[in-house]
Amino acid sequence: MSAAAATQPAPAMAAAAARGASLRHALRAEWTKLRTVPGPAWLLLGIAALTIAVSAAAVGATHCPQNLTCPVDTTKLSLTGIQFGQAVVAILAVLAFCNEYSTGMIRVTLAAMPRRHTVFAAKAILIAGLVLVAGAVAVFGSVLAGHLILPGHGFTAARGFQPVWLSYGPALRAACGSVLYLALIALLSLGVAVIVRDSAVAIGTVLALLYLFPIVLAFIGNEHWQHRLERWTPTIAGLTIQDTTGLRSLPITPWAGLGVLAIWAGAALLAGTLALRLRDA
Amino acid sequence: MTTQAISVPRPDAGPDTGPGRGGFGGLVRAEWIKFRSVRGWVIGMILAAILTVFLGVFAAANASIGCQINGGPPKSGKACLPYIPHGPGGEIVTDSFYFARQPLAGNGTITAEVTSLTGEHANLSSGPAQVGNGNMVPGLVGWAKAGIIIKQSTHQGSAYAAMMVTGGHGVRMQYNFTGDTAGMPGAVSAAHPRWLRLTRSGDTITGYDSADGTHWTQVGTVQLTGLPSTVQAGMFATSPGYTVTQNSFGGSSNNGGPAQATGVFDHVSLAGGAPGSTWTPAAIGGGGPAGGGPGPGGGGSAPFTRNGGSYTLTGSGDIAPVTPGPDSPLPTVTIGQSLAGAFLGLIAIVVVAAMFFSTEYRRGLIRTTLAATPRRGAVLAAKAVVIGAVAFVTGLAAAVVSIGVGVPKEENSGQVLLTAPLPTEVRVIVGTAAMLAVAAIFAVALGAILRRSAAAITIAVVTVVMPFLLAALNVVPAGVGDWLLRLTPAAGLAIEQSIPRYAQVTTVISPVQGYYPLSPYAGFAVLCLWAAAALALALVMLRRRDA
Repeated sequence: MSAAAATQPAPAMAAAAARGASLRHALRAEWTKLRTVPGPAWLLLGIAALTIAVSAAAVGATHCPQNLTCPVDTTKLSLTGIQFGQAVVAILAVLAFCNEYSTGMIRVTLAAMPRRHTVFAAKAILIAGLVLVAGAVAVFGSVLAGHLILPGHGFTAARGFQPVWLSYGPALRAACGSVLYLALIALLSLGVAVIVRDSAVAIGTVLALLYLFPIVLAFIGNEHWQHRLERWTPTIAGLTIQDTTGLRSLPITPWAGLGVLAIWAGAALLAGTLALRLRDA
Repeated sequence: MTTQAISVPRPDAGPDTGPGRGGFGGLVRAEWIKFRSVRGWVIGMILAAILTVFLGVFAAANASIGCQINGGPPKSGKACLPYIPHGPGGEIVTDSFYFARQPLAGNGTITAEVTSLTGEHANLSSGPAQVGNGNMVPGLVGWAKAGIIIKQSTHQGSAYAAMMVTGGHGVRMQYNFTGDTAGMPGAVSAAHPRWLRLTRSGDTITGYDSADGTHWTQVGTVQLTGLPSTVQAGMFATSPGYTVTQNSFGGSSNNGGPAQATGVFDHVSLAGGAPGSTWTPAAIGGGGPAGGGPGPGGGGSAPFTRNGGSYTLTGSGDIAPVTPGPDSPLPTVTIGQSLAGAFLGLIAIVVVAAMFFSTEYRRGLIRTTLAATPRRGAVLAAKAVVIGAVAFVTGLAAAVVSIGVGVPKEENSGQVLLTAPLPTEVRVIVGTAAMLAVAAIFAVALGAILRRSAAAITIAVVTVVMPFLLAALNVVPAGVGDWLLRLTPAAGLAIEQSIPRYAQVTTVISPVQGYYPLSPYAGFAVLCLWAAAALALALVMLRRRDA
């Protein structure tokens, strides 16, 4: 895996080109590492399968009887599976890094590519790219399930429900945003994984980050704190990207909410880069 | 982390050990040394305790209640609380109804024929309901009630026994707020009237019902100890609020508004009452018609009218224990709710417990461990005992601190603590610790089965924490959430339920309100079954596989 990366470019090349080449080599090395073990492929499949299955179950279980008004955000409902898919994304990202520590592989990797931030960047780009692909499949499957099932359950255009389909602007924003959301969760998990290094602790930390704030939100009655949690925590703020109804009453606008998650992911990546540079492997 | 552990399970572990190399006591000691010598695990357990205490105390410290009564100055906290009646059993109760009464000295019998029970409730389909703004529609709440009652006094919370017809639960005999016995089924109407009778003999009150006023069936008999010689007997009507639960995968939500019930009485007689007395109408505990005045229809439903021998009463409120939930007339808190943070601590404990076994595989320590103690079942048992004991002690300390600090803060902020009897409080606190211990044992067994920390932690968190999250946050419809809390290891959290569910009060099953679909011990048993099954599978796997 490291042979390609070990052959360094000629000294005559410009420094920028060298850096670009080394990132390309690092990417190829990371790609080789990922595709030659079965785990990541299964996890990527799991992201799509779990998300679509839960989303389909969610829309399948929701009906709007004739005589009732249903305050349902059909697009958000169709994307319910993201809440589960994100757990698999977190596992994929954490294992991509922590497995290197548990097997001692990290020492080989860093011996072959001493530029640690390049290794980290390559991993981040590769994982984010793969999650984008798997997430796009997952989101498309979920939206398709909502598009096919919901009109038959009473959520028809005649009763004022917007179509769950990519031709409707807010639904398109929610769908694309959900794909980005999964990628950002992957980057956040990767950052935590590099800081913590142990897969068990990293997964515990990431799952807590994902699911702890919603629970705290459910149990505290103080409106100020509820508002703060809704605006500044990664999952609650990030998932506002899925909202297509009641946009005026949202605690934070959809793109700003996704931006909050991006800040969390960026902070985790920055801390991870520093940790990787400053510590012995 | 490993060196001490290797040397501990020596063959000469002690005189109290059974046959074979190294007694079980020595094995437990070896595992304990392994545990306490890994700093991260000890920190993880401390973190679990801190997380547990954090949520309970944080929520309590930030609870705020404000109110403004009749345009007066804004108040907050305890100043907002109305008078809180307590029932004869000491529990906090609602005691609000419309009452038409006569004093009854000594023994006697009150009989009445109820020919109609109708009601009105807030119109929730057209915006927020407001009391007295005329936004009411006809409709009867399931536990709307009208009937006859013998009550110690007109004081709220005093002892009583009553026979009544209800909106959706047939004829009932109820007494002292918590007692409830079913009588004739079916709804009341002019074609199918219900005759009700209460007989007082000393402290004993017996209830009867009848379809025709001649053939009587005894529904129940109850001792109201300490009943004074003169009591109040009469007719009453009341109705708890109207609640609609909307279920969808996007979430289930509760909407509520006021409701009132109107009962029509005929052939009312009080044997043993003072001759020539008339019925004195009064709203007990503000239990007149919803809105407090002549009815929303623009008159018509005054609280009490007489038409020949027929009487019509309209009232709202309830005669029942107060339970937590959206229907509760008071801002309530239970000791179980102060322990909500145990669920956060659970995440940390599960992580440590899963690693306690699976780490041995990563480091290869398992080969040393099994070389020292070839009885693999004993190794598994020792690990389970150590992690279970550590989780129990951590959970017990955290639960005591959560309640000790959180509950007084909640009460100071103006919440009403729904107290539970001492044995129930002990069960909630010790049960929380035991629940954490069993969950830890479940995770340790998963670690032994899967041998990978990441997989074990994910499965443990997903099976224990996720169902609770989905049900508590109403991500899934209530029916699905209930089944998740019955079948998954998350059922064990039911041990924290501190307030009983009463058949005669509509409660919303939600962990946030402190109600679980299973009874406390049944829920705990489900978690124990999961742990036992995981341990059994781990034992089989340990014996079958090479380490």
